Amino acid sequence: MAGYVFDLKSLTDPVILEAALQVEAGSCVALSGASGAGKSRFLRALADLDPNNADIWLAGKSRAQFRAPDWRRCITYVAAESGWWAEQVGAHFHENDLESAHQLMLALGLPPNATEWDVARLSTGERQRLALVRALVQEPDVLLLDEPTAPLDEKSTESVEKLLTDFLAQGGVVFLVTHDAAQAVRLADRFLEAADMCIREVCP
Amino acid sequence: MTYEVLSYSDIALAAILVLANALLSIALKLKLERQLLIASVRMVVQLVLVGLILKLLFEQQSPIWTALIIVLMLLFAGREIAARQDRSFVGLWSYGLGTVTMIVSTMVVTIFALTTQVQPDPWYDPRYAVTMLGMIMGNTMTGVSLGLDTLTSRASGERLAIEAQLALGRSREDAFRPLVRDALRAGFMPMINAMAATGLVSLPGMMTGQILGGVDPVEAVKYQLLIMFLIGGATGLGVLMAVLGGAWRLSDDRHRLRLDRLMSSRSRNSG
Repeated sequence: MAGYVFDLKSLTDPVILEAALQVEAGSCVALSGASGAGKSRFLRALADLDPNNADIWLAGKSRAQFRAPDWRRCITYVAAESGWWAEQVGAHFHENDLESAHQLMLALGLPPNATEWDVARLSTGERQRLALVRALVQEPDVLLLDEPTAPLDEKSTESVEKLLTDFLAQGGVVFLVTHDAAQAVRLADRFLEAADMCIREVCP
Repeated sequence: MTYEVLSYSDIALAAILVLANALLSIALKLKLERQLLIASVRMVVQLVLVGLILKLLFEQQSPIWTALIIVLMLLFAGREIAARQDRSFVGLWSYGLGTVTMIVSTMVVTIFALTTQVQPDPWYDPRYAVTMLGMIMGNTMTGVSLGLDTLTSRASGERLAIEAQLALGRSREDAFRPLVRDALRAGFMPMINAMAATGLVSLPGMMTGQILGGVDPVEAVKYQLLIMFLIGGATGLGVLMAVLGGAWRLSDDRHRLRLDRLMSSRSRNSG
């Protein structure tokens, strides 16, 4: 993964945002802006979850060359509100991923038997951490995180940040939408601001 | 064949029962009398018209008029399906999906029955073609409406779950599979229930009608069985086409969930 570059050549969708940026491997980009400024729409456009005209290249390969599911395995969006489609937590993981999922869960302060829990009984914080595990376990190149620690207490937030730091150290790229300015400074080395339907690079 | 011919005064006598209901509604302040009377008048007008049209049609034996009536029936069925959706598709798809589904499923099955099992002469004899198509259509329409309604309401209700799967790199087929399965079940259930309960709980209207008309009960049962199997076939085909077509429309070639192709909920707007 080393030396790999995320390259957004252009995005000019009138209902999303105007943006263009290149990101190097191991870089964390914090994205801030008022509610409704289009931060989530921007992340969703990068993951190709909404129709958009972004011209994005990943390690020298254009998005058009990927099947959409393959693209989203490389560049995975984790929504602010997580969705679940089966009754048990474990059913949301591929069998082969369960072991690495258990390790990630331990790192986030969740017991390994959390995979046997009922989704309906999870707290918001547990859901949010498990949704992150679900994405990380597939080893994406880029993580698009929409307020990943908003519902978490201080200790859980710390463990999530530790995990993200490890992910970055291995050459991963993170886009982070957060309202916590201190967290942005702790994790990010680039800072973007969404305003007036466009995204600008700013100093922290 | 002999049967007791009804006079118009016989029917008027039976209509007193509905009038009694209306009076009851007024007495109990249920405010149903208006609806009840309108529905009764509609029924009388519609059925008398249908009787006259069918009579003309049978006398004419014209393939063109028969085809015209069938086209009209199919268009009404398509409109009815669209009207029964809480969230229908935007644009042509709202009307088009149901209509195309009805045309293909009911026509295939009716033509199959007319050319191989019933074999009237000519094969398009409206006495068979229009009546059988009407029965098949009524039942297929119910299944298709239920199937589509289940699909669209679940897709919008479970947006988070579907998009979570898509975001993790699952294909649209995988993400839609539980919805499609439930929508198909919802569409098939009335037909399965009707088959299981028929004869025990209810005597089918068509069979009763034939028996009243003087047909041997065993012969009437044979016709009923044929019709039920045809209904089963057409409903299966129709529900499958509608639900798969709907799921296809609710997603796109980049495996996105396209709720923007649905209109907003009708019940929420009116409520």
